[in-house]
Order: sequence, then C-alpha cells, then structure tokens
Amino acid sequence: MRLAQRLYLSEVVKGLVLTARHFFGNLARHTARALGQKSARGAVTIQYPEERRPYSPRLRSLHRLVRREDGSPRCVACMMCETVCPAHCIYIVAGEHPNPEIEKVCEEFTIDLGKCVFCGYCVEACPEDAIRMDTGILEFSSYSRGGMIYTRDVLLSLEPAGPAGRPTSTVPIPADRTV
Amino acid sequence: MTDLGIALGRVVFVLVFVLNLGGLMTWVERKQSAIMQDRIGANRASILGLRLFGLFHALADVIKMLTKEDFCPARVDRMLFSLAPFVSTFFALVAFASIPFGHTLPIAGREVLLQALTFDVGILYVFAMLSLGVYGVMMAGWASANNYALLGGQRAAALMISAEIAIGASIVGVVMVYGSLNLMDIARAQGQPLLPELFGRWIPAWGILTQPLAFLLFLTAGIAATKRTPFDMPEGESEIIGYFVEYSGMKFGLFLMADFLETVVVAGLVVSLFLGGWQVPYLGPDGFAFPWGATVPLSHLAVSLLGVAAFVLKLVVMIWLMMLIRWTLPRFRYDQAMRLGWLGLFPLSIANIVVTGLVLQWWSTW
Repeated sequence: MRLAQRLYLSEVVKGLVLTARHFFGNLARHTARALGQKSARGAVTIQYPEERRPYSPRLRSLHRLVRREDGSPRCVACMMCETVCPAHCIYIVAGEHPNPEIEKVCEEFTIDLGKCVFCGYCVEACPEDAIRMDTGILEFSSYSRGGMIYTRDVLLSLEPAGPAGRPTSTVPIPADRTV
Repeated sequence: MTDLGIALGRVVFVLVFVLNLGGLMTWVERKQSAIMQDRIGANRASILGLRLFGLFHALADVIKMLTKEDFCPARVDRMLFSLAPFVSTFFALVAFASIPFGHTLPIAGREVLLQALTFDVGILYVFAMLSLGVYGVMMAGWASANNYALLGGQRAAALMISAEIAIGASIVGVVMVYGSLNLMDIARAQGQPLLPELFGRWIPAWGILTQPLAFLLFLTAGIAATKRTPFDMPEGESEIIGYFVEYSGMKFGLFLMADFLETVVVAGLVVSLFLGGWQVPYLGPDGFAFPWGATVPLSHLAVSLLGVAAFVLKLVVMIWLMMLIRWTLPRFRYDQAMRLGWLGLFPLSIANIVVTGLVLQWWSTW
C-alpha cells in the first residue's frame, strides 16, 4: 500500500465523495420524478406487487389443464405425467369419456403443489399437450398443506398468461384456504 | 414562578427535540442508506393510504417493539439486565443538556439562554454523560449471562476508553483557543472574526478553521464513541452479535435508540465546538453586518430564531455526514480500532495541544 492509502484519510474522503455523489444524484432524480418527469429513476428497485419485470415465455409457473373445444379436459388419463413426476405430486383417477372415440378421461386430476418441484417433466411427458405450465401465476402460498392441493376443476379454469407473462386468470384460492 | 417555567421550558424543549431527532434517525438511516445505494428504502407503512416517504415506519417499529415478547433468559441478573438499557438511553439523552441550540431569547422581559442547563464546565458534563453511557452497555454484557454479550461489553469498554482519551485530548486545543469550558462561551467566541489583523472581518473564527486537526480527531473519536459502524466492535454483527444478544422487544429498541441519540449528541458537540454553534456568519446582535459595509438590521427575536435555525441546519448536516460515513466505510477489526485510537488519535491530539500552545504563546508575544 502506498503511504496515502496507509494513512487512510484520503481514501476515506474518496469513498465519501463516491457515496455522496450517488446520494445527491439519486436525490435529484427522485425529486425530478416526484415533480412529474417520469423518465428519471433514482433507484433500480422494482416495487414488486405493483411493478413486475416481464416474465420469460419459458417460465414454468402454475400448471393448467388444457380443454377441448367442448370444454372437457384434453387429458386422457394415460398416467405419463404421474409416472414421470419426480416428486410424486400428481394424482389421476381415470374415467369413461362420453365420446366413444376417446377412450379415457381424468375424473380427478390433483396436483399437490406443496410437493411439486416445478421441473416441467409432466409437460414434456404429456402426449396430448393436456398440461401446461404457462399461467404466469407464481403467488399461491397457503397457510395450510391442504391449501396447496389443486384439483381438476381449478386447474381447468386457468388461462395462459398474457403479454410479458402477466397472468390473465385470477389466482385460484382453494376452498380450504383461509386466505 | 416564571424562572421555574422558563427552566422547565428549556429542559422540555431540548428533551423533546433530541428524542424526536433520535426517532427520526431510524427513518434517516433507512432512507439515506437506500438513496446512497440506488434503492428506495422502506416505504410500505401507511396510514389511510398516506405513506409520507416511509416516515410511519418509525411508528410501526415502536409498536412492534412494544408488543413483542420481553424475554428474560433464565440465569441473568434481573435487576442489572432490566436497568442496562435505561442507563444507556438516559445518559445519551441528558448529555445534550449543556449544548447551546441558540443564543438568547427574550421571554417575559428577560434574556433566556437557549440551553437546557447552563454550566461553566459544559464540555466536561457532556463527556461525563457520554462515558457514563457505556456503563449501560457493560451492565448489559455482564448481566446477560452470555459469553458473547460479555465480550461485547468488554469491547465497548475498551473502545470507549480509547475513544474517550482522544476526545478529551483533542478538545483541549479548542478550549485553549477560546479560553472557556462553557459551550455557550465557546459558541459566542466563534462569532468573532478570525485574525482581524490579517483578514479583516471576512472570516469567522469557527473551530474548524482554528483547530482543523482537532476537528478530524474529534469527529473520528466521536464516531467511535457512538459504537456504530465503522467502530461497531461492541456489536460486531458479523462475529459476536454483541452486548444486546439476549435482549428483545423495547429493551433492545432502547439500545438502538441510545446509539442514535449518541450520534445526535456527538453531532451537536461537533457543531458547537467546531462549526460555530448557533452562529450565522456576519450576523451580530443587531442584524447582519457584512465586511464590505452593507448592513441588514434585524429585530432581536429574528436574530435569535435565525441562530436556532442555523444550529438545527448545522446539526442536520453533521448527522447526514455521520450517516454517510456509517454507510460508506467498512468496519474496523478490533485490533485496528485499538491501534487507531491509541497509536493514531491519541498521539496526534497530544501533538495538537503542544502545537496549539506554542502558536498561542507565539501569537500573544508577537
């Protein structure tokens, strides 16, 4: 270290000048923003619930079940997703479809999100493109384990995310979740 | 009766002023650090949708601290354990009493000195209170029945001694220059022109100009006395957590408050010793008298209020500077702080005394 650095004082002043420059620069930009100049940003903060950064279209968010044109689930209860799931969080009960050309349909399709690891293998494994993870919904915490269990009808009701990954359907609140 | 009222008024004013400033410091700390670091800072607490730049977070903090569990571990010395935070905060609060926040104010036909307590040994009183404050910290460390807390308390004592010596020695130069231990007299003397034979009436004799080295030493030692980063060995968040490791709720809050109050006291001391106290440049008892001959006559009341405003402004600037230092510098290691105190600040302040004495002697005989 040079002598000036060992004495520390000049280095202290340099550091203070740097932080003071940030302070006054940001303060001026905050003031300009408060006075209506919206292009001035005094901070890099994104104020999360109100402001969000755009989500990637590849983001794996809350699952949804894709519907046929008649509204019934595309799922044919082949159990591929249930088999491939590393967390064993998918539970399917197969049933008869009224259309004789379709062999099976899921009577129940339950995902325990408390176990789900969001690997996306279920989406990859599905031969019918019946399950997708493109709702853009990320906030579905719950006070109980039961509140993390999403049933067939809830998953069927969800819509794909809109532009910039914004959810278009509201966050589903399961019946036993106490908000 | 009027005397009693005036005395009470002075005390209550200073108490409320310092307490509120201490409470505001939590907001200043959050917001200033955020703005320095390109963040926004706490802004969510709101009353009826009104956020006021996060000012309500101070209120929310108090409510949180008051309603938290006041936990007392099993083997602590209960009396000392409960007493420690109060001792800490009390001495930090009363230390401000002899710092003048203005000159005089005409009330009920008499000139009231704007100072909670008028002492001829005001400086010594402030230092006594500041160093008594460390007893609270040591008590907390001792009574907590926790080795980390004890270490924190011992470190606080060691830091306080090394800082205290430098504080005491560095202001001796100021006392020699202005010839008084009374903070009001020192503030008054700083309104005189500096070396009128050389500079005329252009430069006021503020302490920072007559004693620049003492200013640096005092500021450094004063920041050390507040126990905040870069001198946060007693807490040592990254290594020992510190003397308040066993505290919770409002008792913990009081320790936090004591640190903020000490910052206010040290800032107040720096202002009254080195930045002219309540002096406004070129403002005399009858109004402004500029060195180029212009005068602006002002009423006595206006002069008094200008003085108070000047003191508050200087105080705020000093607190801002101390916050800037706290959020800029990395913390000293324990041995580095000791070395700085004993091998840096202390010898330099002794040298400052010697040089000041020689210069004063030379000046008076010249």
